[in-house]
Amino acid sequence: MTAKERILSRIRTAAVPREDYFRTETPVQPASIDLFCERVADYRAIVHRVSQDEVSATLNRICEGRRCLVAADFEFVIEGAIADAGFTHAELVDFETTITSCAVGIAESGTIVLDAGQGQGRRAITLIPDHHVCIIRADQVVSSLEEGLERVMVTRPLTFISGPSATSDIELVRVEGVHGPRKLEVLVVKA
Amino acid sequence: MSGGGIRPATSFTSAARETLKNRTLRANLGFATRTICAKRERVVDEIEDWQATRSAGAALKDHALANLEENLLLLEKQVEAAGGTVHWAATAQEAVEIVAKIARSHRISEVVKVKSITSDEIELNDSLKKQGIEAIETDLAELICQLADDSPSHILVPAIHKNREEIRQLFATKLGVEIESSEPHRLAEVARLHLREKFLTAKMAVSGANFAVASTGSIGIVESEGNGRMCLTLPDILVTIMGIEKVLPEWSDVATLMRLLPRSSTAERMNPYTSVWTGVTPGDGPQEFHLILLDNGRTNVLDDPVGRQTLRCIRCSACLNVCPVYQRVGGHAYGSVYPGPIGAILTPQLLAMADENANTLPFASSMCGACYEACPVKINIPEVLAYLRGKTHKQPVELAAFQVAYWVMSDSRRFSAALRGKRIGASVASMFGLVKGWTDSREMPEVPAESFRDWWRKRDR
Repeated sequence: MTAKERILSRIRTAAVPREDYFRTETPVQPASIDLFCERVADYRAIVHRVSQDEVSATLNRICEGRRCLVAADFEFVIEGAIADAGFTHAELVDFETTITSCAVGIAESGTIVLDAGQGQGRRAITLIPDHHVCIIRADQVVSSLEEGLERVMVTRPLTFISGPSATSDIELVRVEGVHGPRKLEVLVVKA
Repeated sequence: MSGGGIRPATSFTSAARETLKNRTLRANLGFATRTICAKRERVVDEIEDWQATRSAGAALKDHALANLEENLLLLEKQVEAAGGTVHWAATAQEAVEIVAKIARSHRISEVVKVKSITSDEIELNDSLKKQGIEAIETDLAELICQLADDSPSHILVPAIHKNREEIRQLFATKLGVEIESSEPHRLAEVARLHLREKFLTAKMAVSGANFAVASTGSIGIVESEGNGRMCLTLPDILVTIMGIEKVLPEWSDVATLMRLLPRSSTAERMNPYTSVWTGVTPGDGPQEFHLILLDNGRTNVLDDPVGRQTLRCIRCSACLNVCPVYQRVGGHAYGSVYPGPIGAILTPQLLAMADENANTLPFASSMCGACYEACPVKINIPEVLAYLRGKTHKQPVELAAFQVAYWVMSDSRRFSAALRGKRIGASVASMFGLVKGWTDSREMPEVPAESFRDWWRKRDR
């Protein structure tokens, strides 16, 4: 018998009784942008609330003097930013900042989710540079985790980000920034 | 002995006697568990109905386990459809062999690891080392344990038994870097620089899994530092070892899990990073993905109607933090990678109640029930502890004593007679040292001059 057959036959022997199971529908609630911003900031990420007209200027200001990377299909124009041309991991080390959009923001937990969609690029570009700037439109913010999960393309690589990289492994003292970006900025664009 | 398996080397009592002597451990643990518990309360209180959320978690996991076969088969189908390879491992040895074979087939002698208690359970690091493959831990605490040749003492914060000065000295000796200060942010920086090189050059990563979704074939890893993202994104080959009980039926089920897990584990609304991937994505991340579905005793647990709830466990470690026994003896006393209350029920069951030392673990409890209260998926740990105590081998003297007690207590006349004779009984018992284990730390109760029954009979009506 193969390992698979052995395991499955043991599961069958256990014959766990099946009971009715109902998933409760989570009501769709209007998302609170204030709550989202507050909870993102709670993780010591920097939050900017800007209007559509202010996006480019804010991005240009954040990126000034930094070697800046964006996904190949990023929608905003930033002076001097370099579009991802399939750089090697070693080449990505030379970038200080990456700017991306995201798929959804979840107010309940202050989380942004990247699903490799428009303007987000592959996972490595938001991982290796030490500074991640993420743009989210107000209409991309949802209230609950359930609503957030519905809005992403699950079969693409997903990254749920709630604040910068952190550890409390030494004497439970929180240290921001171990391996992932040590600095996270979120630009919330007003509707 | 980093990554120490699940077979305790001694009984819990002997191990605990040793660990209780370690004052640093007790001080660090006391501080850590109190801090996490206080923080946890704040984020739990934010949830409108935490009890309903716990019940939803328990019901979800029970539902997933009741349909385990079809969930696993669907997961296998979906992972393979997305370009991954699925392996089944009935035992720890089989799982290790699969990992080693994959590494050998690519001539790889060094792999980077995401923190994985399942890989510690199967003693992956030591077994790979014997085959000439070095496994490098990348979680800060796991790295500390690995450099110190020490085993983890807590599920969430494995190096909590070490203080900053010990860690500074360890890094100085083992990594050869002079560190001017033992500030945690400096020590974390040292780990960052040390591991960055490894991440950028590693060809293969090994991870565990916090969940898998059957309907989509997606796997999820929950972490804080970003070492997980590094391992899941940068190498060419990824091997994930997952206990079969981690599979969830639907993608939407992840919401329930993620509302419970970070709050119960790190006491945060959400952990910094959760990565989810489905098979292989061209141009993004590892281009070869293997999923190993591990049994290693889990079907023993599933086969027991009372013990089966143990498999709901999402490895959050909330039960450790609230346990008065764990807080004092620490994780090493349990002799298994699964410490604390959950370890006391999981370890002996994974070993099919056949390991003498593991069978002492269900006795490592005051039965106060705090673990049950804290458990986000409502595992009734005290119930399982009591049940497992009943399944362990009894001493002949103890068995005889309970048989006598049963005979006496099942008849009211015999019981009355016994109560009258108790004064003699109590002194005989203490004379022969029969109750010594009990009275070592407790007073022998005073025997009243008259029993309640005698008083009741004689009272004025």
